[in-house]
Amino acid sequence: MNTLSENTMNNPAKTAAEPGWLAERRAEGLAQFKTLPAPAPNDELWRFASVGRLKIDDYAPTGAPDAATAEALLERSNLVSERAGRSVYVDDHAVCFEGISEALKAQGVLYLPIEAALQSHPELMERYFLKESTELGSAKFFGLHAASTRAGSVLYVPKGVEIEQPLVNYYWTSTQGTAVFPHTLIIAEANAKASVVDVFFSETKENEALNIAVSNLHAADGAQVFRKVVQDWNEQTTSFQLDTTIAGRDARVKNLAVNIGAERARYENQTRIEGPGANVKMYSLTVAEEKQEFDQRTFQTHNAPNAVSDLLYKNALLDNSRTIFSGLIKVAEGAQQTDAYQTNRNLLLDPTAEANALPGLEILANDVRCSHGATTGNLDADELFYMMQRGIPRRAAMQLMVFGFFEEVIEKVDSEELAENLRQLIHKKFDAKIA
Amino acid sequence: MNALEIKNLNVSIEGQSILKDFSLTIPKGEVHALMGPNGTGKSTLAKVMAGHEDYQVESGTVTLDGENILGEEPDVIAHAGLFLAFQYPLEIPGVSIANFIRAARAARLPNGETINAVEYYKELYEKMDALKMDRKFTARSLNDGFSGGEKKRCEILQMSMLDPAYCVMDETDSGLDIDALKTVSEGVNLMRGPERGFLVITHYQRLLDYIVPDVVHVMFDGRIVHSGPAELAHELEAKGYDWVKESFATTA
Ligand SMILES: Nc1ncnc2c1ncn2[C@@H]1O[C@H](COP(=O)(O)OP(=O)(O)OP(=O)(O)O)[C@@H](O)[C@H]1O
Ligand SMILES: [Mg+2]
Repeated sequence: MNTLSENTMNNPAKTAAEPGWLAERRAEGLAQFKTLPAPAPNDELWRFASVGRLKIDDYAPTGAPDAATAEALLERSNLVSERAGRSVYVDDHAVCFEGISEALKAQGVLYLPIEAALQSHPELMERYFLKESTELGSAKFFGLHAASTRAGSVLYVPKGVEIEQPLVNYYWTSTQGTAVFPHTLIIAEANAKASVVDVFFSETKENEALNIAVSNLHAADGAQVFRKVVQDWNEQTTSFQLDTTIAGRDARVKNLAVNIGAERARYENQTRIEGPGANVKMYSLTVAEEKQEFDQRTFQTHNAPNAVSDLLYKNALLDNSRTIFSGLIKVAEGAQQTDAYQTNRNLLLDPTAEANALPGLEILANDVRCSHGATTGNLDADELFYMMQRGIPRRAAMQLMVFGFFEEVIEKVDSEELAENLRQLIHKKFDAKIA
Repeated sequence: MNALEIKNLNVSIEGQSILKDFSLTIPKGEVHALMGPNGTGKSTLAKVMAGHEDYQVESGTVTLDGENILGEEPDVIAHAGLFLAFQYPLEIPGVSIANFIRAARAARLPNGETINAVEYYKELYEKMDALKMDRKFTARSLNDGFSGGEKKRCEILQMSMLDPAYCVMDETDSGLDIDALKTVSEGVNLMRGPERGFLVITHYQRLLDYIVPDVVHVMFDGRIVHSGPAELAHELEAKGYDWVKESFATTA
């Protein structure tokens, strides 16, 4: 089998019609991928990560799924029934793109596959597509994504337009050994309102896959955007997810990620506050089991005053699983009256699990409120006793407590249907373990 | 025998002996009050009976209607009929009161049976109304951020929803304001009956004006040193524990 880098070189992911600027960005990306060194154990941005477990060369993009597979996965793309639009990709091939209503189109909203947007809105794409990357250690992998991505959706919401229901993007892997590069681009103009759900699923428990996903979210002045990520790859998947948010004046952005799957998942999440008064939340909840490793790197940058960023990452760990939370808050000189918070809570359900935390602050302004904290603990024995005293058996009590631990994040989902579906996904993973 | 019986119970923690040959029998249908100075072992007794694993039981027996409960898991003891209203109820974030009590009820059902949600909520709301608890509390996390008094009401709510044969109430009155004390006492009095026994641990005779006990026990240094009718609580309130120490402790 070709290695991934050879494959990417021989079959660059461009169609005949790709504009010059994009060819340039892809070439730059490829060069970046080829020249940057692989992560090394002594690299500060990869501290505690099992870099030796990163094996990305055995994967390559694969062809479109057959009709039966496409049909079956489309059927299973059902986490959210009330939606403004839906896309379903399998191995980076669109099997369904359910566009938005005529009413929204008439208001100027765009919800399109990347390829279509490149055709119909080249200026918009030139301005935003593949322009933002995290600065948390994965430049090499972003390069590969830029060179390779061909699947994903663009949401553009014009000034003042509000979309009540979410746009839901499903990214599936199906073929053994596939490499996927899903891309979600969200642009909310001033005072626009939208929400997006990105779902990452594997067809079976067995199909091995590599995912390098990127999401770039732009929230202009006063925009309100809620982005939710549901990651439930099978445990044969190596996953990178590189997400950025840029928030303008008074923008309100919520990011919420539920991480359940993958053998090894690197999640980089970066927020840059560029306008005063912005308010950005970053929530995450992770269930780690067996030999899973979740490597979470976050960055909250405040370049404007009077803004709030609030991060809460909760991890529950079973078996021999590992999590790494490394969070940095950076407050620029002029960003006075910043409120920046960062909390990482790790719940160890087995003594063999390992949670690493590396909270960090870099503050150049003098009038700020910042806090960062990480705690790692077990289920509280007295709480367990209390619940059992009511007649609840030990395992059920433990499960209630673990779900209680998650609920702080789940309750922020804002959609009872999705929240319930997420609880079910977690139950599926947990029940065999704990019941 | 139809009673909660504790016989010659010796309990220690970290090598320190707390309960010393403690004996007490509470027949069904009776309310017994247990009073005694701080640190004398009242909460230890309650928690040992409920199956807390931190305590070392050296010797003795505890039976519910003749069935041994010592050494059983806390949930098994709960199913056997013992309910403990905690002196310091724990806060359980993310677990709503409604779901918690429901899980406790579900655990009591035979395999395959499920709870009728409509009937369950109807009963829950009725009992909350009786305890003057805001119905909004059902969705709140159990005891999480509750005031002291709210926690105690929530204990009694659970007690009435779980319908235990024996209720041990550890300082349920502390933290309650005067109105709440009345409300909670009314709730408890409604539960009194020939099929239920109560052990009411308190420092204050005031509670016993509302929940009038059949017997009052005075505990000192790990054992009961004196027992008497309801009036004993008044005497104790008037004379203090020095009186107990002088009059009874010598029997040790
Ligand atoms: N977990 C523990 N570890 C060490 N000592 C303990 C523990 N629990 C109780 N003790 C000790 O046992 C003794 C009895 O405590 P207990 O809580 O039973 O008293 P109490 O009668 O309920 O007091 P109060 O009226 O203050 O509630 C005290 O000296 C206490 O410090
Ligand atoms: Mg006590």
